[in-house]
Amino acid sequence: MKTDTNISPGKTASREQMNIVVVGHVDHGKSTVIGRLLADTGSLPQGKLEMVQQQCRQNARPFEYAFLLDALKDEQAQGITIDSARCFFKSAKREYIIIDAPGHIEFLKNMISGAARAEAGLLVIDAHEGVQENSRRHGYLVSMLGVRQLAVCVNKMDLVNFDQGKFDAICQEYTEFLNRIGITPKAFIPLSARNGDNITEVSQNTPWYKGHSVLDMLDEFQKEPAPVNKPLRLPVQDIYKFTAENDDRRIIAGRILTGSLDVGDEIVFLPSGKKSQVASIEAFNSRACTTASAGESMGITLSTQIYVKPGELICKADQVPGKVTSKLQVNMFWLSPNPMVMGKRYKMKLAGVRTPVWLTDIATVLDASDLSTTANRLQIEKHDMAECTLETYQSVACDLAEDLPQTGRFVIIDNYEIAGGGVILDAPQDSDTLIQKHVHLREQAWDRSSITTEMRTGRFVQRSALVVLCGPAGVGKKKLAKSLEEYLFSSGRLVYYLGLSNSLIGIDSDLRHADERVEFLRRLGEMAHLFTDAGVILITAISDLNDDELNILDTLNQPSELVVIGVQDHNLFRRKPDLSIETADRDAMREIHELLHAKEYLPEYFL
Amino acid sequence: MDQLKILESQSVYILREAYREFKELVMLWSIGKDSTVLLWLARKAFFGHVPIPLLHIDTEYKIPAMIEYRDRVALEWKLNMSYGRNSQALDNGQSFPAGTLTRLQCCKGLKSEALKHTLSGDWPRWVLNHETGKYDKTEGGPPYTGVIVGVRSDEEGSRSKERYFSPRNQENDWDVGDQPPELWNQFKTDFAPGTHVRIHPLLDWTEQNIWEYIERENIPIIDLYFDKGDGKRYRSLGCAPCTSPVESTATNVREIIEELQSGKFANIAERSGREQDKEDGQSLETLRRDGYM
Repeated sequence: MKTDTNISPGKTASREQMNIVVVGHVDHGKSTVIGRLLADTGSLPQGKLEMVQQQCRQNARPFEYAFLLDALKDEQAQGITIDSARCFFKSAKREYIIIDAPGHIEFLKNMISGAARAEAGLLVIDAHEGVQENSRRHGYLVSMLGVRQLAVCVNKMDLVNFDQGKFDAICQEYTEFLNRIGITPKAFIPLSARNGDNITEVSQNTPWYKGHSVLDMLDEFQKEPAPVNKPLRLPVQDIYKFTAENDDRRIIAGRILTGSLDVGDEIVFLPSGKKSQVASIEAFNSRACTTASAGESMGITLSTQIYVKPGELICKADQVPGKVTSKLQVNMFWLSPNPMVMGKRYKMKLAGVRTPVWLTDIATVLDASDLSTTANRLQIEKHDMAECTLETYQSVACDLAEDLPQTGRFVIIDNYEIAGGGVILDAPQDSDTLIQKHVHLREQAWDRSSITTEMRTGRFVQRSALVVLCGPAGVGKKKLAKSLEEYLFSSGRLVYYLGLSNSLIGIDSDLRHADERVEFLRRLGEMAHLFTDAGVILITAISDLNDDELNILDTLNQPSELVVIGVQDHNLFRRKPDLSIETADRDAMREIHELLHAKEYLPEYFL
Repeated sequence: MDQLKILESQSVYILREAYREFKELVMLWSIGKDSTVLLWLARKAFFGHVPIPLLHIDTEYKIPAMIEYRDRVALEWKLNMSYGRNSQALDNGQSFPAGTLTRLQCCKGLKSEALKHTLSGDWPRWVLNHETGKYDKTEGGPPYTGVIVGVRSDEEGSRSKERYFSPRNQENDWDVGDQPPELWNQFKTDFAPGTHVRIHPLLDWTEQNIWEYIERENIPIIDLYFDKGDGKRYRSLGCAPCTSPVESTATNVREIIEELQSGKFANIAERSGREQDKEDGQSLETLRRDGYM
């Protein structure tokens, strides 16, 4: 026996810790395996075992080791695990957090929560009942969730008289299944958790078994090293400028997912493409440091002041960057009772990104309990695994799960809840984006009168356009936009200034959250389309607009044209502004007016 | 990274997520070691600043040294500090010490009820005025939608099932059987109007981790945890009538850690000095379902 509860374990701070999840079909004995592990390694608080045994006597029911874990009232009443409970225990080698995941299908989302934080797993199969639906489903999910090491416990061997033939048959059946989904189990262990066989020591009841006990198997699992040697991925979690006590630092905060970062490194922000250099690594109550690596929650300052937003992904300029795309091919599971449907707006969280997302294609749906697939499905039902396509309005930075799982997975929010999650299989280059397809359909479906664009152009003596003034906040864009409107109006043009605050408190009053900016821009684009289609020159001012956002507006406003005026530091990279101005004064207005003339939006007469 | 660094990084990440996603955010500070470590982690997360307001629920039966310590630290670290209380129950003498309620009823009234109504903003909040050093009574305020709490999963059974981000409905209830999924460090940060989310950055820490971190970071913890000569110290802090000191001669953090590792407390539950836990077999779970921390 390798436990050491009687020996001083030394300073625990230096001991490593591993998360282990225990999964499997309902009633196959997961909680009993853990309860027994805790009891036999002396990891229970003093008196806990006796307390539970006494409670059982009082209630005239047989004692079960599972009761040690199923501490909650509901669970003791029903005898099943509802939620993933965590318990702590230690061997001579390391500390463990054991996560007891529920086996009942109704609690799949709890099982997923438990398994997603595990580094290795024990999958429990009842020797008497054999491989069941959730034995397979859990095996599949554990693999998809990123658990790389799995050992299979064939439990309740006492019910089959420790029969090697029965054990071998289960090993063979389940190995075949695991091989189909690309998993090689570390071991199969015959157990009687209730009686303690092969839990901490190899049992006399299975003389034919030459492998490890469960406890030794846990110690055999390898701790995965932090991914410090991969390319840098640092999602921007937030940007802080706390001014108290004359603090003038502008700190970009986040946790490094992979790779490492040094002061002086050239970095690039995706998807915006902005570049800068790391000026310092910031920390509180810590020695000054010049390097940070995977796993660390940290903060940096930049050598140049650029405008970046939470959700962007920091990569190193001299390393393979993340992929930038608005279309994702994914493998995902769905947990919500409301099916995932096409045409509905969902919210996606991917590393630091929060963005609206649409389901646009379902390739196949997999039943993980038998690996059968169905095609031609119109929606994704609860507990389905689906290979499908998700699309966003705004590009996101990510990686394929097989390259870098940390930035290759996401969750989907529906009705305030995490309703699904998945891994990225492919990120095809943007060809026909969601917005382009939408505009194409819109133009087809638009019921037009006999009044053509040319007739309107002739009547109003102007070509319609959407004029967007962009740049940092507080540089006078709105004032300039309004004077431009007044100037054009007084010279007889059909013009309208669409103030952003108007749309925020008017049509968009239900959009309050910063994450909703994309949806806000989409609505603005649709409104602009109505104005410009009617022949109006529409003027608006938007702070801190990026290339992607401008592209959304441009596409939605088509077939009319977009005129971009950059005021001061506009931060556009892909589309250069039609005009860049430094000061928003009357000269600037004259320049814009001349530009509109030059581009023939404002002809003097029309033939 | 060693184990403490890993725990610190995860807690800092959770605090920053909370700060990013919740506009009306508050951190509960019970003055005990866990929530004081939490407060320290906030300073880590926000580079020396604490941009999140702190709330203490004062039952008026707290050990007096706790209140003195609270106000001293709040002034020194320039915290946005406030407290709430169940004035009605206190004015009417409804409490266990007054002899009118059981321990459990007292906890429910002076803690759970006071917390619920202070969070929702329908009872007054007393806010620390850094110029006078006194608390000013304010008429509530907007309801807090994100509430950061320093519970740990090794404390007792029901806490071992908590999420990092755990929703509460309008009645403050916790539905243990129907908790949100939580995976890949994506948490429940979207919530319906009228509901709020409890945030638990210390969930993965053990009692020993807490003390080791206090030692490493040299966090100025309240000295009630140390023996000052009479062979007694507190292991867990609460209201004076229901919290007993334990027999221990540990006078500093290192001695406490040694005591936890190999000494007399190695296998004895931390909350064994908290009397309200003993009234029925499941009382802390009962309290937690009703909104207790």
